[in-house]
Amino acid sequence: MRAFVSFSILALIAVGLTLSLSHIPFGTDRMQVANYYLNHGVADTGALNLVTAVVLDYRALDTLGEMTVLFIASLGVGIFFSWPKKEGSEEDGKRGLPPASLIVRRGSQFLFPLILLFGGYIFLHGHLTPGGGFQGGAVIASAFLLMFLGNTGYHLRQKPLAVTESLAGITFVIIGLIGLGVSGYFLNNFLPKGSEFTLFSAGVIPILYAAIGLKVGAELSGIAANMFQSRSER
Amino acid sequence: MIYIAILTVAMLIAAGAAYLFRDLIAAVVACAAVSLIASVLFYLLQAPDVAMAEAAIGAALTTAIFVIAIRKTGRYEK
Amino acid sequence: MTIGNPMMYVGAVGLIMIGLFTVLSKRNLIKIIIGLTLLDTGVNLLLIAIGYIHNRTAPIITHAHADPSKMVDPIPQALVLTAIVIGLGVTALALALAIRVYGHYKTLDTRKIRELKW
Repeated sequence: MRAFVSFSILALIAVGLTLSLSHIPFGTDRMQVANYYLNHGVADTGALNLVTAVVLDYRALDTLGEMTVLFIASLGVGIFFSWPKKEGSEEDGKRGLPPASLIVRRGSQFLFPLILLFGGYIFLHGHLTPGGGFQGGAVIASAFLLMFLGNTGYHLRQKPLAVTESLAGITFVIIGLIGLGVSGYFLNNFLPKGSEFTLFSAGVIPILYAAIGLKVGAELSGIAANMFQSRSER
Repeated sequence: MIYIAILTVAMLIAAGAAYLFRDLIAAVVACAAVSLIASVLFYLLQAPDVAMAEAAIGAALTTAIFVIAIRKTGRYEK
Repeated sequence: MTIGNPMMYVGAVGLIMIGLFTVLSKRNLIKIIIGLTLLDTGVNLLLIAIGYIHNRTAPIITHAHADPSKMVDPIPQALVLTAIVIGLGVTALALALAIRVYGHYKTLDTRKIRELKW
């Protein structure tokens, strides 16, 4: 009975997807609003990466919603790992791992600031090259993950991470409110656009992407730290 | 054109392997292979931002938190 | 890719089908979450494949490619960028829930968890 129901649901969805995709020929030009974004993106925002112009200028409110969702997910993971356990429940996940060798420990400690620097480069140049806050934040979280994997018993205090995340989120909203006060639209791009191909261009976009990069990096590192560290190491 | 067909078939085989494996660590590695091939396909579809995000998030962070969760619970699918 | 080929659509829809089948028919909680991740990846691939246009390049203005009328659609890429990060957040939350369920019930089989009463 259960197999029959699941197969019929799958067949229904497959038929529906195939029928609707047959009306969307692959690779044809169907853009309407996107033509305006492509032709006027550089003049309106000053950003050379047009995906950044869409994410942080034309559709900045959706990015604020996305940051809220990520904050709620990180909050949920933190809550789930801080409930008091019943006594006699599962043992800790360590199970007697041997400590890593000297090359792994020293290598990971050497690579850690370099990876952080690379992540910072990615989110600072989000308006010039492919990249931006989300990718830079993920690379920063990978640096912390490398430290956890290379050194057993690596302890990361979670208070500076939480403070960084909250301050970055508040910075994003404050810049939006300043835009509201200056020119009447929330998250308006009110700083001067500058000249193309330079770092200090595109108005308020580099500042917003720096805030997003720090926030996403701190959040994902916090999720990883919650899962690696047991309750007694908080 | 032929390389897109090869990549797509490899991605579907890896997804089928993620469904069939009973060892959960092997299933998670197959899921990381799907993310990697999807990242290459994103690049071929002229979307470098999305390819970078999928490679950093799908292939690295998702696999890491899956492995931690599997270590804290059972390894085999009974 | 200058030839019109539906292989991208086939790959994306196939991934969605495999992910959905895993969610519907497997009993281990972590297998179900792996299926959710496959479903997410398939939907993102489908969205980017719909926004592709033949013989055009990435939507970034450089010295070599300064013509904005020869670029692919940037809106699905902005949408999928957000969707990938949200998928990671959902996976992390689901795995934290699964760890808690295992700590309480000592099993990850969904049939046994439904049978256990207080």
